[in-house]
Amino acid sequence: MQETAAVADIRAAASAAVALSGIDITFNLKDGGRYQAVKDISVSVADGEFVAVVGPTGCGKSTLLNAAAGLLRPSAGAVGILGEPLSGLNLRAGYLFQLDALMPWKTALQNVAVALEPQGVPAGEAEERARDWLARVGLRAFTDRYPHMLSGGQKKRVALAQVLIRDPKILLMDEPFGPLDAQTRQIMGNLLLDLWSKDRKAVMFVTHDLEEAISLSDRVVVMSAGPAATIVGDYRVSLKRPRDIADIRLDRDFHDIHRQIWQTLKVEVQRAYAAGEGKDMA
Amino acid sequence: MNAHSRLKITLLQVLVMVVFLLAWHITTTTWLFAEPKKMQFFFSTPIDVIARTWKQFAGGEIWYHLGITLTETVLAFVLGATGGVLCGFIFARKELLAAVFDPYIKAANALPRVVLAPIFALWFGLGIWSKVALGFTLVFFIVFFAVYQGVREVSQTVLANARMLGMNERQLMRHVYWPAAMTWMFSSLHTSVGFALVGAVVGEYLGSSAGLGYKIHEAESVFDVTGVFSGMLILTIFVLILDTIVTMIENRLLVWRPGQASTSANG
Repeated sequence: MQETAAVADIRAAASAAVALSGIDITFNLKDGGRYQAVKDISVSVADGEFVAVVGPTGCGKSTLLNAAAGLLRPSAGAVGILGEPLSGLNLRAGYLFQLDALMPWKTALQNVAVALEPQGVPAGEAEERARDWLARVGLRAFTDRYPHMLSGGQKKRVALAQVLIRDPKILLMDEPFGPLDAQTRQIMGNLLLDLWSKDRKAVMFVTHDLEEAISLSDRVVVMSAGPAATIVGDYRVSLKRPRDIADIRLDRDFHDIHRQIWQTLKVEVQRAYAAGEGKDMA
Repeated sequence: MNAHSRLKITLLQVLVMVVFLLAWHITTTTWLFAEPKKMQFFFSTPIDVIARTWKQFAGGEIWYHLGITLTETVLAFVLGATGGVLCGFIFARKELLAAVFDPYIKAANALPRVVLAPIFALWFGLGIWSKVALGFTLVFFIVFFAVYQGVREVSQTVLANARMLGMNERQLMRHVYWPAAMTWMFSSLHTSVGFALVGAVVGEYLGSSAGLGYKIHEAESVFDVTGVFSGMLILTIFVLILDTIVTMIENRLLVWRPGQASTSANG
């Protein structure tokens, strides 16, 4: 039985915060066809490890992340979270979305405070802690703003506070800084590293930006172009910490690892581009 | 918009009214088209209409009729909106229910509601409740469709995020679905308040003993054109006031909506 073998793998890798093993994800398309997004992927994130997953656009990175979040059930394989097989939503993880995920009818403060409601924290205390978290992400003066009154970067800060206030053991991030401009991305990257360094949660960070991936993470996992994407590379990034995202890009070691990973990624990007030509891949 | 063009527009707007009233006055008080007496029988004169309207307000009797119409409008709106929100909400969350009732709802909505007025008069009598019922049928569907659509089209990202924060079904209702439903209810507020009033006035017009619709109908039945126009003028003032109140409520409740805050800042 493949299934039980996979479960056994998870038990073995009990130290891993996220353990994906033998993941297949196939979608049934509206026209009756099937699309295999991800094929036989095994990857794990150790406790306290910051792992970036890179790959060409449309390769199924986000799909894989959704499997780790429990938002999507894999067609085959098993998801282990902190040594337990995952069933249903992964509530031990915080998930940072690419798109706006704040409730537009709540202020920044309400958006952050409401994240504590499922844990049964009394409203007064939740508000107090939300205020504190908004200050930590640099939004002390913006607590009563509604999302539409905030800039893209400020909204991401609120989203970050909303996720972190729950103190999840794991952070799942789906190109969270994708829609932001280059400068804001760097500022947000540094903020993320700063917050992360305080308690070192396990992070699975999906991006298509290799520089961002290297500058943030301890390990970069490269996915192949879809369909049936697999893992084609797994690189350790041993750059010193604490890092400054902007400065580290000038580091020679950064260039070495970048060149090394890019050799692998380039092939996949070209493949994705060739396959995507003539048909628009969602 | 700068102050200069704003003033200009206001002046031009006043000019349009003055020209209209003058044209009306001249055609009905001179021999330009026909004998003034005959013209006045058909069209009255602006001065008569304004004088009559003034007299109605001064006399105090009109307040009673306004009160009746307002009561009917508010009742029709509150009941219709409540029903629409609840049904729209339930249908949006229960796929099967929506699928089963879909053709019946469409059919009911396609029916011109005015034909129901005599039946409502039969069922609920000539008092306010037959008018409330007519207004209800109009308001209900507007709010129902708005809320149904709104709840079904809640952003999937916002929903997924709320779930990942660990919200249970009840918390999702409270923090995601319900606010979404209310948003759509308020976005249909102008239309639905307008239709509540239409229900009330048409109902009164077709059979009643009080209200603005009744006043207009009463004047019409004795060929009192001045009375009809005066009734229409009062109705217009009434609608404008109601609409202003609705706009104020809307701006207050939908502060979080993009554009809303900036609009009130400009105004």
